[in-house]
Amino acid sequence: MTLQNSTLSRRAFVKSSVAASGGLMLALSLPKANAGLDPWTGAPTGTEISAWLTIDPNSQVTIRVAQSEMGEGVFTAMPMLVAEELDCDWSQVKAEYASANRSVRENGVYKRMGTGGSGAVRRSREYLQQAGASARERLKAAAAARWEVPVAELRTEGGEVLHDASGRRTAYGVLAAEAAAITLPEEPAIRKAGEFKLLGTPLNRLDVPSKVDGSATFGIDVKVPGMVYAAYDACPVWGGTLAALDDAPALAVKGVKKVIRVEDGFAVIADSYWRARKGLEALSPQWDLGPNAGASSDAMRAEFKSDLDRRGVVAHEEGDAYASLEGAETVIEADYDAPYLAHLAMEPVNCTVAIAKDRVDVWTGTQNPESVLGAAAEILGRAPETIHVHNCFLGGGFGRRSMPDFARRALAIAKALGNTPVKVLWSREADTRTGHFRPLAALRFKAGFDANGKPVALLNRSATHSILAGFRPEVVQNGLDGSSTEGLENQPYDIANVSIEHHLKRTPVPVWFWRSVGSSQNGFALEAFIDEMAEAAGQDPLAFRQALLHKHPAMLNTLNLAAEKANWGRPMAPGSAQGIAIHESFGSICAQVAEVTVTQSGEVKVERVVTAIDCGNTVNPRTIAEQVESSVIYGLSAALWGRSDIENGQVVQQNFDRNRVVKMVEAPAVETHFSLSGGEHWGGIGEPALPPTAPAVVNAIYKITGRRIRALPIAQHDLRWS
Amino acid sequence: MITLTVNGKTHTLDVEPDTPLLWVLRDHLDLTGTKFGCGIAQCGACTVHLDGRPLRSCVTPVSVAEGQAITTIEGLAGDTLHAVQQAWIEHDVPQCGYCQSGQLMVAAHLVDNTPNPSDEDIDQAMINICRCGTYPRMRSAIHRAAALARDAMADA
Repeated sequence: MTLQNSTLSRRAFVKSSVAASGGLMLALSLPKANAGLDPWTGAPTGTEISAWLTIDPNSQVTIRVAQSEMGEGVFTAMPMLVAEELDCDWSQVKAEYASANRSVRENGVYKRMGTGGSGAVRRSREYLQQAGASARERLKAAAAARWEVPVAELRTEGGEVLHDASGRRTAYGVLAAEAAAITLPEEPAIRKAGEFKLLGTPLNRLDVPSKVDGSATFGIDVKVPGMVYAAYDACPVWGGTLAALDDAPALAVKGVKKVIRVEDGFAVIADSYWRARKGLEALSPQWDLGPNAGASSDAMRAEFKSDLDRRGVVAHEEGDAYASLEGAETVIEADYDAPYLAHLAMEPVNCTVAIAKDRVDVWTGTQNPESVLGAAAEILGRAPETIHVHNCFLGGGFGRRSMPDFARRALAIAKALGNTPVKVLWSREADTRTGHFRPLAALRFKAGFDANGKPVALLNRSATHSILAGFRPEVVQNGLDGSSTEGLENQPYDIANVSIEHHLKRTPVPVWFWRSVGSSQNGFALEAFIDEMAEAAGQDPLAFRQALLHKHPAMLNTLNLAAEKANWGRPMAPGSAQGIAIHESFGSICAQVAEVTVTQSGEVKVERVVTAIDCGNTVNPRTIAEQVESSVIYGLSAALWGRSDIENGQVVQQNFDRNRVVKMVEAPAVETHFSLSGGEHWGGIGEPALPPTAPAVVNAIYKITGRRIRALPIAQHDLRWS
Repeated sequence: MITLTVNGKTHTLDVEPDTPLLWVLRDHLDLTGTKFGCGIAQCGACTVHLDGRPLRSCVTPVSVAEGQAITTIEGLAGDTLHAVQQAWIEHDVPQCGYCQSGQLMVAAHLVDNTPNPSDEDIDQAMINICRCGTYPRMRSAIHRAAALARDAMADA
């Protein structure tokens, strides 16, 4: 059952059987699945035209997706890029994961397999279009040979090759085997913006039907014959080790088979997850907490802030900000900070491993199957070609699943177990405390104005971690990591004298990519400070931005569209206000107007967020709107309540009882409007709508309460007003 | 031994009575549509129906469910999908999809018992967590599902 648009026939609502929905589920091929047969239906899988697609005798097209489906819609957008050129019938398109093992064996045939940086479309669009175009031309060549007519007389439409002159038409399924044997003399050109037939069309997602009846397979759902279950826990303090552990209480629990020590922790193995978990909870591990037992995020924040008193490494400079500040008529200054933050994806991390004599199979939901494959080869001492990583649907990613930490632990546990397959599952608390966090950040801004209120100088210093320093230290040059200063070093406002400086920090807290990365903190701080500057200049926040963005037509268009759609400046009831912000990240510009209410007792409610976005061109406008809604709400949870405090070297907030997040009652209405610049510009969409949300909200709160919120989360501030 | 009735089928299982219903469904009955999210009844990913009412199965000992009718996401549809499942597809609600089984079980109970739910009814009933932020689409899909259910009643 595949779907097109939102209009569904009654027939489409008939409950999907496993067979009918199998293609939309993951190709969860078990080690002994028969090659060439669909693991769900046993039917032939069709002819492989290239590594990217197969066509079966009924003309069903199966397109391999080399990016990870974690809700952002790549299981629909990537097939659309191929189908755009293939001219197939969209209702006959299925999606399945591309194989990392094959990419290893075939010289990187799937090119980019890591999913992140809002890069799925903009980093793979051209070669996916090319795969579709190449397949189409080979199908046409096969028909031309059959009919003995020039290829130039043929056209394609709806999964058929047509020869209008003779009225002949043949379905792709009939031609597939012949097309597969054809090599083109040269690759065809791909379509450009303005020539698209499918791209830009709002389509429903291909994975949705399997996600409403429980049939979608996530990593946690994998079951392998003979499998045991493992519950894992690590030292609650980074760098700590297991000093002593008496296994007996766990072994006394029914179903528990053994206790395994691994790296920084231990695992209890049982015949079901709950029995393993009970065994784990029966144990009283003695930890050597190590050197970080006193670590405190309050102390770290104080240290980061104290660094702001010193000049940092210059990331970007224009004119002479210091001299200009000296001579300015008016100078304002403000300090901002944002906390460490966990990802809190809905599915706790997990990984299933089966080690056989000549192959290893790993099932997990990962944003980077190649890193899991590499970890398996390294930890198990096997050749990469023998490692098969079966990616599953991801129960949320947000960056959490791009680090293979959990797969590494599972592989070490599996290695200790030998040939017994094992599923390792983290508790929510263990997932949070063994995860990596959005970096703590402290920022200072100084702005100088001339006698006319025109801004003449902007000085910014930030102190935060380098994420890349942990795994690609060679790209961190001169103490600068572009992902730490993104959104600051490329600040868009036309100010003659600018100095953007940075202090690179390290603490025991492990840091990682969190949805929108540096822009999540930097966009908040910069755009909140721009409102402070507007006030100092005596201008409306929209007008102030417009004047300083006159050299950036795309930003100006996007800003103006958001303002227009929100009816910026419309009268609001007492206790309600609009706030505005704009930020460019991952190749896309996003402006938002947040409409916020604050009760006199200080309760904040974000009622509506009007978004304008310029991602250049669109693949699927429907999933773009969904990603805007998702980014706004994920960002709003962080803005209102998000914090991962460290006390005594341990994460304080480990489960949803202490990590408050937006629920239905707090979710704003989100509007998405497009200000597309078109042409050759393709921007990302999974993250760019997040950074403007927090500043738009705090800018509105200021109008109501008169309080500038310069430290996140918002909930730590007393917002009572009268 | 525990006897459970799940989606109309009766099973006799060798599990400890304090085992949470969630893990019996997932690991013993292979009904993996019901998800584990927090283990402390905070997120609602584990929601099933017990005698028609939403229940968080991650903190419910299996012994509590004995003798009652359990419905999971796999049993929500009859001959056709439940109205909320239809509306979820129509409104393209799920993103990562992990919380959606639980969300659908709550939404189905709401629509089945409140023919024309208001936004306030939806706010009160829909208290499960979705980290992808599908709330606006869930809200519109619930209104749509209620309309579909009313139409079906009118046709019957």
